[in-house]
Amino acid sequence: MATLSTDFALPLRSFDLRLALDVERTVALVGPSGSGKSSALRAIAGLLRPAEGRITLDGEAWVDVARGICLEPDERRVGLVFQDYALFPHLSVRANVAYGGRERVDELLERFRISHLAKARPRELSGGERQRVALARALARDPGVLLLDEPLAALDVHTKAGVRVELQELLAGFELPTLIVTHDYEDAVALAGTVGVLVDGALRQLGSPEELVAEPRDPFVASFTGANLLRGRTVGHENGLTTVCLESGELLYSTDGADGEVGVVVYPWDVSVGRAHVDDSALNLVSGEVGSLVQVGNRFRVRVGPLTAEVTGASAERLELARGGTVFASFKATGTRLVPL
Amino acid sequence: MRRRLLAALFFGASALALLFLVLPVVALFTRVPPGRLLHLLSTPVVTDALVVSFKTTAIAQALILLFGTPLAYLLATRRFRGRTLAVTFVELPLVLPPAVAGIGLLATFGRFGLLGSSSRALGIDISFTQTAVVLAVAFVASPLYIRTAIAAFEAVDPNLVAASRTLGAGSTRTFFRVVLPLAGNGLAAGESLAFARGLGEFGATIMFAGSLQGVTQTLPLAIYAEFSVNFDVAVALGALLVAISAALLLTLRLTLSWRPSPRTSPSLFAPST
Repeated sequence: MATLSTDFALPLRSFDLRLALDVERTVALVGPSGSGKSSALRAIAGLLRPAEGRITLDGEAWVDVARGICLEPDERRVGLVFQDYALFPHLSVRANVAYGGRERVDELLERFRISHLAKARPRELSGGERQRVALARALARDPGVLLLDEPLAALDVHTKAGVRVELQELLAGFELPTLIVTHDYEDAVALAGTVGVLVDGALRQLGSPEELVAEPRDPFVASFTGANLLRGRTVGHENGLTTVCLESGELLYSTDGADGEVGVVVYPWDVSVGRAHVDDSALNLVSGEVGSLVQVGNRFRVRVGPLTAEVTGASAERLELARGGTVFASFKATGTRLVPL
Repeated sequence: MRRRLLAALFFGASALALLFLVLPVVALFTRVPPGRLLHLLSTPVVTDALVVSFKTTAIAQALILLFGTPLAYLLATRRFRGRTLAVTFVELPLVLPPAVAGIGLLATFGRFGLLGSSSRALGIDISFTQTAVVLAVAFVASPLYIRTAIAAFEAVDPNLVAASRTLGAGSTRTFFRVVLPLAGNGLAAGESLAFARGLGEFGATIMFAGSLQGVTQTLPLAIYAEFSVNFDVAVALGALLVAISAALLLTLRLTLSWRPSPRTSPSLFAPST
């Protein structure tokens, strides 16, 4: 499979976007809105002009500022799927797909199960259908790289889950270096094998979803991947345990080593909630009132003081009874990560 | 009681306003019987004016489309220094009294005008020729087209243009296959307005081109020339213009029901006001 390599700087309104990245299979860039994700895709597609650096596909330079190379968008073999799909409203589905290339139109319509919509106009389609047309159109160009801008953001919650599964399967069959941009960490994890976290134009961390969850490099990555982040400072080291004093005055223990101002990172699924006080030096305890209780899939997210815990339905039922009362959230010292703040 | 009085006042005012607008149009068709109207329309003054109007309008509108479209596209899609000034100059003829337009054209292309000496050196004298009629019509009518065209081009979703480029189409192909079709209805609406304005052009034309039958005498000028000589011919000419204008208004109504392309992203540029 080909490799897309980028190492460029693009001045944006309030910061410079710098992206050094090799895309072989599927990579997702996640970050809050305004972090420069879409601009990254536009720079690769040739719609924005980097101020310095290079963008190459298998050694072929698309951008090489030092050598004065910057190919026009139509000279790059790139398939860009826009956030709102940007289908041509005045053309039929078939004409939209054929706009990218006439050779494989029927095959693509077939493959994306939109043959029956060939004569329809984009406005008559559902969100999921529009996305399939946009993908088929991008592939009709026979691109060397596929770029997807927030592929699931334009869909409502009900269709999103189904389309996500569909997209997962399609992406697996493309065999193209693919770069996806999304603000939703869960989407990124579902669609890509490698995830990069982009904040203010800088790539904070790049790795597998597991790596990001297990070893977040900074607090933003930690909170973005869905982890709890408790702020405090280290007050001692003993028997391989670091003691952290939280802003609230509570003490926590971690098997990670760090010094000074730190964030204690713990994932909701590593936190259990009970009504009884457990005495165990290797166990962290945070007491608090039961706050919000939200169902996520077949589990419940419950708020205890500053922590979010993920519990089973049965425990949720028990906690429901305790709403307003004090409970104890506990997690192991080994289940925590310390990140310098 | 007061409410009924108010309602009666409203109805009365509305009826008067409507009557005021309708009567002059009706009068054109009732003053002269239809048979005689048709006969009057075949007099040389009328046919000559019709030919002059048709010819100059066709050339002027072609020029407006040919030069106005690129200008409108540029003003709609580019942001550059002096753009606001350029837009102001495009819109100025809209509010300029036609007599001022005529004087301005004379001062530019006339015998002793800004460009007069250079055109005289080439052996061309533009003023009081059919070329002058074309220029006068283009000058007063083009702003209507260009203004509407700017709005139509601005309404084309920039993402669609970007999508076309990433799909392998160069900027020329993108313009003809995406931008023009999506802005098409708006351009047609603008052109209808410019056509109507050009057809009725009077002030600038009479000052810059004069009113020579068969050369520069357009339909409105012929009405003015005839109304002291043969009032019935003037009325017939008026009826003819009403018919053409009504047909135009109808096409305009149909084309003006256009919708800009559905926006899929916030515009890169604020619409011009």
